[in-house]
Amino acid sequence: MSLKLKEINDLIKKAIPDAEVSIQDLAGDENHYSATIKSKAFKGMNKIEQHKLVYKALGSKMGNELHALALNTIES
Amino acid sequence: MNEVVKNKIENIIQKDEVCLFMKGTPDAPQCGFSLAVSNVLKHLKVNFKGVNVLEDKELREGIKEYSDWPTIPQLYYKEKFLGGCDIVKEMFEKGELQKVLNLK
Repeated sequence: MSLKLKEINDLIKKAIPDAEVSIQDLAGDENHYSATIKSKAFKGMNKIEQHKLVYKALGSKMGNELHALALNTIES
Repeated sequence: MNEVVKNKIENIIQKDEVCLFMKGTPDAPQCGFSLAVSNVLKHLKVNFKGVNVLEDKELREGIKEYSDWPTIPQLYYKEKFLGGCDIVKEMFEKGELQKVLNLK
């Protein structure tokens, strides 16, 4: 179970086109990532809604292929 | 979602003001993210109910559907979903968690 950094990036960009995405592979195992995402789409949303938007972009991969993704969402 | 599981979840979050659905127990967390939230609550000396989802597969999947949130841990206060690890940590760092939980 793993997901490439680029795949995560592409999935997020596909769902949130204006997103500035920065992802780090925390353990070098393609399984524990940290992502900072900046987008206008987060405007007017609380943190739960912002993170849900990112989770939605990743679909069923979150919690399956992708074990851990620490999120930091920023409204731009 | 399955009514039995939904009722089970509602009973849990109605019973204790602060509930943490986690992997493992507060004394022996089985995942770094569950450990982190558990430690924040301990640091704030909050009495909370740790619910080990690893012991109950129905609950593990059900809680994700209940909150429409795909990951564990999940923190609830007065039956309301507050967030996962990142949000809880951020709220704690900004002092918001302390306010929400009515701590001094």
